[in-house]
Amino acid sequence: MERMRWDALSLGEKIRSGEVSVKEAVDAAYRAIEEKDAKVHAFLTLTREEAYRRAEEVQEGIRKGLYSSRLAGVPIAVKDNICTRGVRTTCASRMLENFVPPYSATAWELLEREGLILIGKTNMDEFAMGSTTETSAFGSTKNPRNLEHVAGGSSGGSCAAVAAGEVLVALGSDTGGSIRQPSSYCGVTGLKPTYGTVSRSGLVAYASSLDQIGPIATSVADCAALLELLAKKDERDSTSMDRSDLAGIGETVREWSKTVGEQEKNLVGVRVGVPKEYVNEHVQPEVRRAVEEAAEALALRGAEVESCSLALSEYVIPTYYLIACAEASSNLERFDGVKYGYRSKEYQGLHEMYKKSRSEGFGEEVKRRIMLGTFVLSSGYYDAYYLKALRAKALIKKEFDQLFSRYDLLLGPAAPTTAPKLGTSLQDPMLMYLSDIDTVAVNLAGLPALTLPWSEDAAGLPVGVQILADCFGEKKIFRAASCLEWDSKRR
Amino acid sequence: MAKQYETVIGLEVHIELSTKTKIFCGCSTAFGKEANTQVCPVCAGMPGALPVLNRQVLRSALAMGLALGCKVNQLCKFDRKNYFYPDNPQNYQISQLYLPICHDGALEIVGGFGKKQVRIHEMHMEEDAGKLIHDDWSDSSLADFNRSGVPLLEIVSEPDMRSAEEVTAYLEQLRKIAQYLGVSDCRLQEGSMRADVNLSVRELGSTEFGTRTEMKNLNSFKAIAHAIEGERERQIELLEEGKAVIQETRRWDDNKESSKPMRSKEDAKDYRYFPDPDLVPIRIPDAWIEEVRREQPEFAGQRAARYQQEYGFSAADAALLTEYKNLADIFEKAVQLAAPAKKAANWLTGETFRIARERGLALEKIALLPLDLVNFLAEVEKGNLNNQAAKKVFEAMLAENREPLVYMEEQQLRTVRDSGLLERIAQKVLEENPTAVKEFLDGKEKVFGFLVGNVMKEMRGKAAPDEVRAVLLEKLK
Amino acid sequence: MAERITMETIQNIGILAKLELSQEEAQKAREEMQKMLDYVEKLKELDTDNIEPMSHIFPVFNVFREDVVTNTNEREAMLANAPKEQDGQFVVPKTIGES
Repeated sequence: MERMRWDALSLGEKIRSGEVSVKEAVDAAYRAIEEKDAKVHAFLTLTREEAYRRAEEVQEGIRKGLYSSRLAGVPIAVKDNICTRGVRTTCASRMLENFVPPYSATAWELLEREGLILIGKTNMDEFAMGSTTETSAFGSTKNPRNLEHVAGGSSGGSCAAVAAGEVLVALGSDTGGSIRQPSSYCGVTGLKPTYGTVSRSGLVAYASSLDQIGPIATSVADCAALLELLAKKDERDSTSMDRSDLAGIGETVREWSKTVGEQEKNLVGVRVGVPKEYVNEHVQPEVRRAVEEAAEALALRGAEVESCSLALSEYVIPTYYLIACAEASSNLERFDGVKYGYRSKEYQGLHEMYKKSRSEGFGEEVKRRIMLGTFVLSSGYYDAYYLKALRAKALIKKEFDQLFSRYDLLLGPAAPTTAPKLGTSLQDPMLMYLSDIDTVAVNLAGLPALTLPWSEDAAGLPVGVQILADCFGEKKIFRAASCLEWDSKRR
Repeated sequence: MAKQYETVIGLEVHIELSTKTKIFCGCSTAFGKEANTQVCPVCAGMPGALPVLNRQVLRSALAMGLALGCKVNQLCKFDRKNYFYPDNPQNYQISQLYLPICHDGALEIVGGFGKKQVRIHEMHMEEDAGKLIHDDWSDSSLADFNRSGVPLLEIVSEPDMRSAEEVTAYLEQLRKIAQYLGVSDCRLQEGSMRADVNLSVRELGSTEFGTRTEMKNLNSFKAIAHAIEGERERQIELLEEGKAVIQETRRWDDNKESSKPMRSKEDAKDYRYFPDPDLVPIRIPDAWIEEVRREQPEFAGQRAARYQQEYGFSAADAALLTEYKNLADIFEKAVQLAAPAKKAANWLTGETFRIARERGLALEKIALLPLDLVNFLAEVEKGNLNNQAAKKVFEAMLAENREPLVYMEEQQLRTVRDSGLLERIAQKVLEENPTAVKEFLDGKEKVFGFLVGNVMKEMRGKAAPDEVRAVLLEKLK
Repeated sequence: MAERITMETIQNIGILAKLELSQEEAQKAREEMQKMLDYVEKLKELDTDNIEPMSHIFPVFNVFREDVVTNTNEREAMLANAPKEQDGQFVVPKTIGES
């Protein structure tokens, strides 16, 4: 097997039929990594030995008919904030450089059980705080489509790994766009599921009320197939939801992705809104054009597309950062050099041990967010900032409720621009935060949203479009996305 | 004339619930296990681990809250209390601030001060911290998380108490309620009940409160009483000198019998409470409250009243017998098995309390088998155990969990009923003590006791005293 | 106007969040936080009177586990990542006298 030219479902099929062995699939992944990762730097840890051991085990299991999933034997990359038992999980932080969790995140456990093979752990912004994968303590990930540009973030490593063909599928996490924005930058397909769909147990928390694990792949159908495996109610996560409505979604979407092109008006009756705030004059023209083209494509298939307004759009970033930083400041308190993680070499007494360990172990962006979060929760400011943000969140949710009473789907970009050049974003953190404008509202309202590649800009960088639905509306998203995927390839 | 002062005390009491597992994970709560052997990613604060509430904790909290006459917040939530300390693995404690499960209750206490209502401000659920052991030989401490995540109820009273006696009565009353509910064993010494004392003083007759201090680390009723006395005096002294009392937390040192402030520049008291996003709110339907109310047990006071009525006990005896639920339960079961009520009660109070005190046994942990008590009382009734032997058997039952019939045989404590042997020994004693016999016959009746004692000694205590007396009198006629 | 962030505020945050900042870092942190707070000031335009703060997106209540012991002794695994360990316990600088 030379390299992986198919999507994961096709590879899974070939593995099942015996045309390709699991070992060959693993070989192909590591060959691609050897070839590309020195430049792309998508991976922080490779699990070669264990991957080959598992490959044999899974091959045997497939032979015995132990696996029901179509993805058994398929290599996968996992973002390094998702705990993998026995495999270093660093969150791209010096703080956890040597942390080897004795447990696995439920999400990874589910995939492992279905026979997917862990190839390695991917780079990310430190503790998922950042939009470029440049806040990683272990060097930034480059955009495989143009190595002078960022891969986006925070799931930059996972998206780049898929974009570079190192793996066909990966897991990311999305707190404010961390799957969708780098998917858009790298030209891959990524889904942020409805809050509660994928268990957060074993996902190192950034902002608990916003975090969601999701699939990243080269196709809509692969995303759906992975989602079906991931969407299981988990007793270990109190916020986990029952998504038995997603049973069989993998098969359904696979069928759609093969057949949508043969029918023409397969979106009749689907109402699509395009928030004008997402395509205003601040948006890069090529990105705006992509959204317009995608809107036309949907209309051609019979959808009723119209412009609408997300009036509260200008409030989503302050709301998001207040909530995310407040939760992060508390979630990251456990990193103190006592039970695991980095402890400073020299200190006198308890408090200095805490302060030095945390100041040396955390990077600049993480400290910035911890400090802001600590401040907004502190006495005298809680009401004015934190509670105010929770109230604004309620209003934003309400606005989405109203929009979704009129529309089945919303369409927009995943970022106002294509991938920026390396080294330009961190100079002004404020500007970096503002670039999250197209993604954070989804997390505040708990919505599902998917990014898929649509076109390229003048520099050849991918331009993606994002489809949003109301909570639990993944199926609607997949239907429209299957159409757009077909149409994007025939532009 | 010197000013008269009044002490104003409010309590924050922590009660460790005796659930099988911790509040947010499936680790055992068993006490006294090897360090860190009952610890998992959740209660060790490992990255990505999430809490899920133990249903029984909510149930116990509801039962306790209702017993305290509290109102229930039918929508309640958990909040995070953020502070760094190595016994707190997440560096935040999951507790309840904004919507605690219960509020506005009251507890009636009785004592030398009369009868009094202490109002309960609120009661909430939270997780316990781990334990730190200080290594004397180095500059380090060792953290053990076995206790981390054990469920606690914190019961906050209004500042309604005025003396150490009232505080003691309040704590005893709380203990009794928790024990009757079966939600906690409330042992101050083992730390399953902990009290922080908020204390201020004011001039008698004043309606304003003085500045209060909070005292921690009080591990016994004695420590509580001494700390209250000490703090009262310290505050009065300050006021008399025209100085102000500083609102602060003080740590009681049991060895030094004094307290000192727990302050440090690194200790900015700002807990940054906010709703825990990892836990969903709790909505308590009326039906749950009704169910818990229906299942409330008969409490100590009710039971004591019933005993007075059913068995004709005095109020004091009934109160003593119902002090510990386990003892009262043993009593009831023994009586059901036809034990004589009065005698059973006597053994379960006087002798039981004495043995517990002398041998350092926890009264609430005494688990005598009711059937053993019944058999034991029957032996005493039949005269097979004299008074001294009976006490010995009872102590073995209590302290060593021995079966009375087996034990008395093994130790040869059964009263000897062989009158032939008794006659021979009585004869021998009389022959060996002619002087005493003569004195008795001369009318010195006190000597009779000496003769009885000698016979008992020869019989190795196994004779029934009334029989010895009868035989001797017969022979001396 | 947004809240003025002083160096004292930054110092206090450092104590609460256990972060040690050099004078230079503290100054930078102060400026950045000021900028951020000036920006989030925007939220004050929103009329949120009578709006309940929303912590959870879904009206989900009463998620419980049963009171059954499911965990066994995993001391070794729990201590495997400890920076400093002694006798099965986590070693920290002496806490007595501190608080």
